[in-house]
Amino acid sequence: MSSVHALTMPKWGLSMTEGEVGRWLVGAGAEVGRGTELVEIETEKIAGVLEAPTPGVLRRTVARESDMVPVGGLLGILADAGIPDSEIDAFIVSFQAHFVPEVESETSRSRSETIMVDGLALRYRRLGSGAEQAVLIHGFGGDLNTWLFNHEELAAGRTVYALDLPGHGGSSKQVRSGALADLSQVLGGFLDGAGLTKAHLVGHSMGGALALEFALAHPERVPSICLIASGGLGSEIDGDYIDGFITATRRKEMQRQIEKVFANPQLISRQLVEDVLKYKRLDGVEAALRTIAAQFCPGGQQAIVRRHQLGSLTMPVLVIWGAGDRIIPQTHAAGLPDSVRREILTGSGHMVQMEEASKVNKLIRSFWDSV
Amino acid sequence: MERQITFRQAINEALDQEMRRDPTVIVMGEDVAGGSGTQGEMDAWGGVLGVTKGLWGKYGDRVLDTPISESAFIGAAIGAATSGLRPVVELMFVDFMGVCFDQIFNQGAKFRYMFGGKAVTPLVIRTMIGGGFRAAAQHSQCLYPMFTHIPGLKCVVPATPYDAKGLLIQAIRDPDPVIFFEHKMLYSLEGAVPEEAYAIPFGEANFMREGRDVTIATVGRMVHVAMEAATMMVDNRVDCEVIDLRTTSPIDSDSILESVEKTGRLVVVDEASPRCNLATDISALVAQNGFRMLKAPIRMVTPPHTPVPFSDVLEDLYLPDARKVATAVCEVMRYKA
Repeated sequence: MSSVHALTMPKWGLSMTEGEVGRWLVGAGAEVGRGTELVEIETEKIAGVLEAPTPGVLRRTVARESDMVPVGGLLGILADAGIPDSEIDAFIVSFQAHFVPEVESETSRSRSETIMVDGLALRYRRLGSGAEQAVLIHGFGGDLNTWLFNHEELAAGRTVYALDLPGHGGSSKQVRSGALADLSQVLGGFLDGAGLTKAHLVGHSMGGALALEFALAHPERVPSICLIASGGLGSEIDGDYIDGFITATRRKEMQRQIEKVFANPQLISRQLVEDVLKYKRLDGVEAALRTIAAQFCPGGQQAIVRRHQLGSLTMPVLVIWGAGDRIIPQTHAAGLPDSVRREILTGSGHMVQMEEASKVNKLIRSFWDSV
Repeated sequence: MERQITFRQAINEALDQEMRRDPTVIVMGEDVAGGSGTQGEMDAWGGVLGVTKGLWGKYGDRVLDTPISESAFIGAAIGAATSGLRPVVELMFVDFMGVCFDQIFNQGAKFRYMFGGKAVTPLVIRTMIGGGFRAAAQHSQCLYPMFTHIPGLKCVVPATPYDAKGLLIQAIRDPDPVIFFEHKMLYSLEGAVPEEAYAIPFGEANFMREGRDVTIATVGRMVHVAMEAATMMVDNRVDCEVIDLRTTSPIDSDSILESVEKTGRLVVVDEASPRCNLATDISALVAQNGFRMLKAPIRMVTPPHTPVPFSDVLEDLYLPDARKVATAVCEVMRYKA
């Protein structure tokens, strides 16, 4: 590498406009490889670590700990050891002189839309363009922001939808029976309404069980499925978490529940907890969640286990799990048919796609490329 | 982007949705519709600042214009609450509450206790508080400490449109008398508010801003003053945590102590007169339960102990502002034992 590389504030998710610089994990002068963890970044939702995009020497740390830096703003400089200091300094001066933070306008911001499916209003967000299409399906109690760190990355070259299931996020709080079969019908109605004849499905947790349900019923519409910390592959699930999530109305109770879904609870900001509470407070949400939970995991056990049917699926299947998952054990990823690709990520809990977003994004993209 | 509406619209929407949901909810007060008993237009006012405008057209007789006699209509509302209705009664300015203290302090607040838990009084009194309106000493007070003092009353002081809607819905569904204090300078404030109905539980503070160095605890309009001060302090590399208590009774003591445990420094901002107010209450709480956490003396930012001045210049000087809060923050940061 002979050029000077600017390390800038990443944009993790659609709503991020700035981030707070945390600790530098390597000092100026350190030689780093591609993927070396460089500096902690805290957004209003969650904390993460910026990795070196390329090998080199960390020549400067420009942003200091606890600085607020806009997306695209300069954090530091990665360059060859051979490049003279004067050139580095000139680069920084020039960068800072020309840097203009992106102004978020109403039009540039991707807004969510609403579609009616069988009398239910479903909120979704569509990103990207491309002939290949995919749908991201969140888990129990989640919403389309489950994919905050994934949606944009996955939408490079493809059209990717993230939807709110009935009873969740900005969708209708009517859930009918709440059974997976019913939700699967709603998913089919969503694909029809959005004009998707085929879509790759990516499901997290209960959303994985739903993706599986749909793929078994309509294999011709599903070119591939990716199951992340998925339901439907074994009966165990942390029933106390499900109950606690349903009943929590206060910040501390909810914080205790949300801590269970991350391997590193330090990642959870108050804003994340507050956003979940805002959703939970809406009239009808508690009843909707109770109805769904009574079908999905009555008595703290998953009611529907489809692992024996995985072998009969004709489309490629990728299973991703966090080794530290405390909600659905990663042992459910073991003993699956050989045709199933399996990736266990050691650094995360149930929210793999948030805790190890860049790895999950890479896995899904290369999986789709190979389909 | 979520839908943005004003504080005034958020309160109107909460009333509208609860009246639609529950036929026992009624609204009463001076000119809450406006025009009753005259030859003129009905629903001419919707309350003195237009907060209840439009409800009369949807709910007719469930929106009652009352005579200008606070002691009569507050008493009537308490009676209605004990016999099956859920009245939301508007008492224009908190400054006028004095004439009906017996009904509130000694009747409404006490029924549950005096009747051995067999009586419930699901009453909401909405009332305006606060200075800055150039309305002089008899229309500008922040009297929530007087009501916070009375066991049996719940006291809500919302700061944002989101909270105004969710806390008012909670107030209407609550089985006990709730006094709902609306700062008149907040009515035009806009913020994101969900269209669906939702209830925010009482006694749950809102962390408006997280910070490491100083806790600023406050309520109502002063939340925005504190946020402005916190922004000013960023340039001085002081990281303020701003806590909006939302309700003064019940009060979220845990959140205050949890925050002070982290920061070790406390500034309390209160627009009420300085003696026996929210600032002294919170200061006493932390002095008694968190003394060892403190790295500096607690600072209270309040008006002076005088009536609210009528002169613009003096009223501005009287009210806590961001500069005064920032000065207090600097003082607790500079303190060396």
